[in-house]
Order: sequence, then C-alpha cells, then structure tokens
Amino acid sequence: MGTITLDKVTKSFGAVQVIPPLDLTIGDGEFVVFVGPSGCGKSTLLRLIAGLEDVTSGEIRIDGRNATETPPAKRGLAMVFQSYALYPHMSVRKNIAFPLRMAGMDKAEQDRRIEAAAKVLNLSDYLDRRPGQLSGGQRQRVAIGRAIVREPAAFLFDEPLSNLDAALRVNMRLEISELHNTLETTMIYVTHDQVEAMTMADKIVVLRAGNIEQVGSPLELYRNPRNVFVAGFIGSPKMNLIDGAEAAKHDAKTIGVRPEHMSISTTDGQWRGVVGVSEHLGSDTFLHVHDTGLADTLTVRCDGEIGVHHGDAVYLTPQPDKIHRFDEAGLRL
Amino acid sequence: MATQHSRAAARLMISPAVILLLLWMIVPLTLTLYFSTLRYNLLMPGANPFVGFENYSYFFTDPAFTTALLNTLLLVGGVLVITVCGGIALALLLDQEMWGQGIVRLLVIAPFFVMPTVSALVWKNMFMDPVNGLFGYLARAFGAQPFEWLTAAPLLSIIFIVSWQWLPFATLILLTAIQSLSSEQLEAAEMDGARFGSKFLWIILPHLARAITVVILIQTIFLLSIFAEILVTTGGGPGVASTNLTYLVYIQSLLQFDVGLGSAGGVVAIILANIVAIFLMRMIGKNLDA
Repeated sequence: MGTITLDKVTKSFGAVQVIPPLDLTIGDGEFVVFVGPSGCGKSTLLRLIAGLEDVTSGEIRIDGRNATETPPAKRGLAMVFQSYALYPHMSVRKNIAFPLRMAGMDKAEQDRRIEAAAKVLNLSDYLDRRPGQLSGGQRQRVAIGRAIVREPAAFLFDEPLSNLDAALRVNMRLEISELHNTLETTMIYVTHDQVEAMTMADKIVVLRAGNIEQVGSPLELYRNPRNVFVAGFIGSPKMNLIDGAEAAKHDAKTIGVRPEHMSISTTDGQWRGVVGVSEHLGSDTFLHVHDTGLADTLTVRCDGEIGVHHGDAVYLTPQPDKIHRFDEAGLRL
Repeated sequence: MATQHSRAAARLMISPAVILLLLWMIVPLTLTLYFSTLRYNLLMPGANPFVGFENYSYFFTDPAFTTALLNTLLLVGGVLVITVCGGIALALLLDQEMWGQGIVRLLVIAPFFVMPTVSALVWKNMFMDPVNGLFGYLARAFGAQPFEWLTAAPLLSIIFIVSWQWLPFATLILLTAIQSLSSEQLEAAEMDGARFGSKFLWIILPHLARAITVVILIQTIFLLSIFAEILVTTGGGPGVASTNLTYLVYIQSLLQFDVGLGSAGGVVAIILANIVAIFLMRMIGKNLDA
C-alpha cells in the first residue's frame, strides 16, 4: 500500500514561504510526476514527503497514518537521488544491501532480495564492482536497486535522469516506466522536463512557486490546461500565446494555439508571416514564423519535407476548435 | 597520455630540482654515516681513528637506549591516537552550523601557531606546575594533593602537550574532508535507516580514511623527532623516563661532545623512522590509492 496525503502542508525557510498551504492526494500504485520550472518547490515538496525536511505546518499521511513527525527511515519510502548518492567505498552488492543491513535483516533473506533486484535491473554481473567502476546508467540502476530491495510503500525520484546523456535518458525513462508496471508501487517523480512528465506519468502535478497549478493526466493537461502557465509549460514545442486584437475577436485576453494545431500554406490563410529558423527533425519540421503582427514568433509544426526556406512568406491557419481562450487572470474560459 | 618526447622533456626539466634535493639529502646522510664509524670526541682532539661499528655497539648497549626507543614509540603512538580521535570529534562538532563559527574555528586552530618551546613552557609553568599551575590550583580547591605531572608522569605530560599542539592540524585536515562529503549520501543513508552511529561508521569514517592516513603519515614524520618540548619541560627526566631517541642523540653528541656516538644514534633513528614508515604504508597506505 502506498497512499500519500498532504493536508495543508506549508514550508518556510526563515521568513520565505516556499510552499504555501498545499493539498494533494496520491493514490496507491500511481505514477505521479511533479513538474515545474527550477525553483518552483518541487524538490522541496519531495523532501517534505521523504522526511528530509520538516514541514512548517500541515500534515502528511502515509497509508492513513500521520507521518508528519516520523523520521525518514520509518516512513517506508525509498528515494533515488539526482547524484545517485551511492556509497563509493562499498561494492554494488553492499550498496544495495545497506538498507537491509540497517534494518537488521538476516543474511539469507538479504541475499535473496539482492539477487532478485539485480536480476530485474540487469546488475547481476556488476555486484562485486565499486560504483566508481560503473557507467552513469549502471549507477542509476544501482540507486534504484537500493530503493527496490526495501520493498517500500512508495518510491521517490528526485530528477534521477538529469545526469545522463540524451540516449540513455530515453532508455532509463522506459526502464523506470517498465519497473512501475512490474512493481505496481506508488512512485513520485520530480523533474523539470515536461517530456519526462508527459511520457511517464499517470498523473502530473504542475507546480509554480510552490503552488499547484493543475493536477491531471498528461492528456487532460494537454487538452484542457487550466491557465496560461500550464498551457505554456505542457507540450513541446510550446503553445503559441497571442494577445491583443486577435484575442479580442475570440472574447479573450489571451488565446493559445499549439504548433501542431495550425496548418501552413504558401498561398493563402488567416495569418501571414515570414519564415525564420526551421528546425528539421526528419519526421517533422518546426518553423518559427515572424512578422505576423500577433506575437514575436509563432511556432508551427509541419511536414518534415516541407519546402519553405528562410525569408519565405507563409500563411497560417489555426484549427478553430483547438484554440484555447484565457481571461484577464490567465484562467481558461 | 604523454608522448615519449614530452616525457623525456619533462624528465630533463625536473632533473635540476631532483638533483638538488638528492644532494641535500645525500651529503648530510653520508657525512653522518662516515662520522658514525669514527672515534670522534670533541673533548679529545687529535686523531679520529676508524673504529667500525664500535659506536653502534655502544649506542645499543647504552642502558638508556631501550627506554628511549620505547618512549619514542609511545610518544608517537599516544599523540596519534589522541589527535586522530580528538580531531575526528572536533571536526564533527565544528562541521555543525553554529553562532560564532568563524571565531571558534580560529581558536581551535590557534595552538598550531604557537612555537613548541613556548607552548611547552606555558603548559609546564601555568598548568602542570604543582605550586603555580592551574591543575594544582584546581586540585587544592577540591582539597586534593596537587599532582606533580612532570615528575610523576613525565612521558604522559609530554604526550598531552604535543597532542595539544597537533590536534588543530588533525582537526583542520579532517574538517575539510568531512565538508567534502556529499549531503545526499548522508540523506540516502538516513532514508536507508542508518542512525548516527551507523552513519558515522559506514559513511563518514570510510570517507575520512584517506584524510586520516595523511594525518597519520605527516604527524609521524614530525613526532619521531620531538625535541623542544622535552628539552624545556623535563629535560628527558627524571632519569631517562621521558628521553626519546632524538633526545638521546642530543645528550650523547652535544652534552657528551661525542660526535661519533651521536652520529651512530642518528643513523639508528633514521633506520627506526624507516621501519615505522614501512609498517605504516603497509597498514594504511592502500587508502591513498584512488
């Protein structure tokens, strides 16, 4: 079981309140991703749940029991750190065994769990090596192994992939998702990368300055962002936000159109502009269109083989049913 | 990877320094070896005949030799134990956030800047003296007989004085080592259920292993040749109770004007230092491998 409830939790460092009162419920077996720009308090929130920071007020409940004052080791949670935090002087086996040894588990049971974890994580051949002799991805797996063997109520991941190179990151993303499917344990994952959030999460929590901006499944957030911030943060490339007269036509302060929800033509369309940089990904091309009179730059996704060049005039047409409208306060209309 | 060419150039360029260092070491060593084989007493001028190992046999059969050897080892070992254990404890304390951190750190490091003779005299006259010393005063305040440190426990007193001087060095090195331990590792250990004792034993101490090795090796080099503290406090006495090898060499070569015997003692001290060094490197040298 791993249900975690935050009830009016706040956190202040001195006079600075980094987390204003916050309520959140994380269901058993859910994969929840905290996402937000750096400094939004997502890591602090994770550390509050882990017990590495004391809450200033409010209550944290794990499986219904009040765990606000419980020391980290007694909360039954396991954490994977950004730097992996492996113990450099111990072999992989001893690293993974450390939490079990601290719990005073008998040797045979320890070995059984280590072997099982090593098998799941493809570490069986590396058990007698030191962390210094492993690659980044292998170290990451050792850190996960050390978390798995405890059979925790929930896993906490603090930006675990940010030290890996791009290809490995995609791989580990899949492995962690796969692991979640196998273990069916609650996982809380902190990242600033909205792609990680979209691809891995059952439920995304978007944070800004300690406030929860929106909670929902990836597609919910993509389809119905609650405000301008979430609209701009979720989705890649970013949603185009347009103010002024064009927005007023739709009775809104701001309208938003995603790059993939615009069609492009060289002959006619609703908005005229000049092509700037084009980013060719092979399957798609992202065009940055300037001089539309609507916004500084509009990004549009089009076919990979589109034959327009820097300086060409193009016409953009938004799909009318995919236009997001926001009011003065930035909230969705 | 250096190419063959750059390696040769590097050797050529460091050679003046290496040669200078070698001469610096070899010349006095050879002279000492040479003098140690002569009958050479400044009180008896004249011929200094070659006598082979005679000086050595005198030195080894000197009744003070065994005591001095033992005292040397006790002094080094005692100071090492106190400074390493105390240094770790102080480093752990100083690593905590506290008010007046800068001043406290400065004060802790201060003893290292006091000259050995001065600090030994301060201890001798202001602390350990049974009449004027602070310890004697405290003892009398509780109605007890003042303990005569320098006569009743001369070697122990010197160990305390030297430890006081070297504790800041150990603390400083170990403090920097503790500060380089990543806080995430400690947090991970905390999540893994390690209490303070286990965290210290399994995370902090292994992390400090290399720094402790450095402290032990450097201190051993200096502690084998402790001299000033003995000269100004006990003068090696009572009897030879606080005489170490360095002090014995001093007695023989300068108080008895016997250059030959003093040189032989010096050579024995060098050999002892090397034996200690070999044992130390065997025991703890592997910590220095990255």
